[in-house]
Amino acid sequence: MNRVFKIAFRNLLRYKRRTILTSLLITFGIVLVIMFSGLAGSFKTMMIGQITDSNLAQMQIHKKGYVSSIDTMPLDLTLNTNQYKKIEQLLSNDSEIIAWTPRIKLNAMLSNFTDTTNIRLNAISPESEILVCPNVGDRITFDKKRESKILLNKGEVIIPEKLARGMKLKIGDPIVLVANNKDGSVNGLNFKIAGIIESILGPQGKEGYMHINDAQELLRMNRPEVIEIAIRLHDFDKLNKVFKALSAKLKTFINKKGKPEFEIHTWEKLSPFSNIAIMIDFMTITMKIIMIAIVLISILNVMMMSVYERTREIGTMAAIGTSPGRIMSLFIAEGIMMGLISAIIGNIIGFSGIFLLNIYKISFSFGRQENLILSPSVNITELLWVSGIVLFISVFASLQPAYKASKMEPVDALRHV
Amino acid sequence: MALVQIENVSKTYKTGDIEVKALNDINLAIEKSAFVSFVGPSGSGKTTMLNMIGCLDKPTKGKILIDDKQVDIFNRQKRAAFRGQRIGFIFQSFNLFPVLTAYENIEYPLVMIKNEPLEKRKELILDILDSVNMLNQKDKFPDQLSGGQKQRVAIARALVTQPKLVMADEPTANLDKESSINVIRLMRDMKDKFSTTFIFSTHDPQIMEEAEITYNLVDGKLS
Repeated sequence: MNRVFKIAFRNLLRYKRRTILTSLLITFGIVLVIMFSGLAGSFKTMMIGQITDSNLAQMQIHKKGYVSSIDTMPLDLTLNTNQYKKIEQLLSNDSEIIAWTPRIKLNAMLSNFTDTTNIRLNAISPESEILVCPNVGDRITFDKKRESKILLNKGEVIIPEKLARGMKLKIGDPIVLVANNKDGSVNGLNFKIAGIIESILGPQGKEGYMHINDAQELLRMNRPEVIEIAIRLHDFDKLNKVFKALSAKLKTFINKKGKPEFEIHTWEKLSPFSNIAIMIDFMTITMKIIMIAIVLISILNVMMMSVYERTREIGTMAAIGTSPGRIMSLFIAEGIMMGLISAIIGNIIGFSGIFLLNIYKISFSFGRQENLILSPSVNITELLWVSGIVLFISVFASLQPAYKASKMEPVDALRHV
Repeated sequence: MALVQIENVSKTYKTGDIEVKALNDINLAIEKSAFVSFVGPSGSGKTTMLNMIGCLDKPTKGKILIDDKQVDIFNRQKRAAFRGQRIGFIFQSFNLFPVLTAYENIEYPLVMIKNEPLEKRKELILDILDSVNMLNQKDKFPDQLSGGQKQRVAIARALVTQPKLVMADEPTANLDKESSINVIRLMRDMKDKFSTTFIFSTHDPQIMEEAEITYNLVDGKLS
């Protein structure tokens, strides 16, 4: 077998220019896939991180039917104390879950005593919110003199920057929030602006923040109620596994009508970015298909040329008794070697490119977010997959020319000019 | 028993509607250790004759026995194996593998066909290189050798597997006079040394004289 590869390697060197050009083309394809996967994967991971770690959380549990009517932020689909406790017990028994936090989502009227506008508010428990969304504070501008380390104190609100600009509101300004509770009665409370939050992608990205106890008071909830429970896992990669397990357990909670009491969703169902993430995955697959086409056409072309140019040589091999299988293996070995060499070079260049991109940090803007820094990465599994695909396609592309070579009649091949 | 026995062999080629009879009812027997030449003008059927005996082609009619085996009924795979074990080939254009050195060219059939172990290979190759007086050129690639040297390597490659029969189609056609004589004499020496049967074709009268037996082919028939 060593001899087969030795001959194959020398035959590749025999047509140096052609081998180099073809290998360069394949290498380019591999580098393209590695770089694109690294960059796109990094962008996707970063954006998912932005969304789940600063606002949405990785999973959310609601009363059944809430998400389908989320645009109206209904207050009649709340989880009461008993229901909340049931879920809390379920979550505390799952070792994959690191933290969870209750939230109330509400629409309110904000008044600066001159003008009034609508505001979407996310009422949170600051201590547990920071555990579920550790980056929530990154988007908020606080007063530089603020002493409190807590995200939000009672009596404070954080308002979206667009609204602050429109209403000419500054940190420290007093405002009034007026809200209807689920019975339709109206209540209003005074608040102080503690911070201004920048928007991110999705409707939830334009919400302001208030303390959950303030929301319960504003909405005149006699007994504590929550709208959603946001969840964070130890390992994001186990999201689907944990989601399936929790879904199954939550389905066992049935209401009086015999229907499921709760619903659970991952961030993908709650954020429009999931569509962009799907597009990114689709584009990565497209890149891989382009690479496969490059490898397939390049190697097929080279091997066909090789078989044609070396017809007499094949005739000699066959005449002196080389078996058709051996002749076939010689040409397949050439294809494999070309694929292998290109894969090794492509992996080295691609990996170096990713390494350099991490040294010379690339910053970019996405929507209203500026100076986002990409940290592209590519794991060994991805490199092995790309190399495996290249090698498989190299063998596949060599098969037809190699088969043709093995089927040549020596007498005809020796006559070839 | 003759090494090669040809009984009523005919070969017809079809080109469109035209049929060309390259060999016409040939009968002959070639003994072991013979040094045989087929002579005749171009198109007389010399190459076809050699292709039949060398198991590279099958006759349209008739029977060919080599070393008591009826080879005309062999399939492709079996013919290839038979050639690898029993027949050596020397070509007009040398047909050495350009990516292999003289040593590696000779080694090729031992590795790729006979799977001989390294030590035995080395012994056989050095011995045959010495016999063809190419020991000092063993590491050169074919494009670094003269025509005569290339043909010496080709002879060594044909003989290294110790075949019973060596086929050489116009082995001197691409060589100058002096090299031609040297090559044909080397072939004869090898025949004497290894008791191998050599069958070659030529239309060079000086080369014909070196053969022990000469068959004259005219229009596909022995005359």
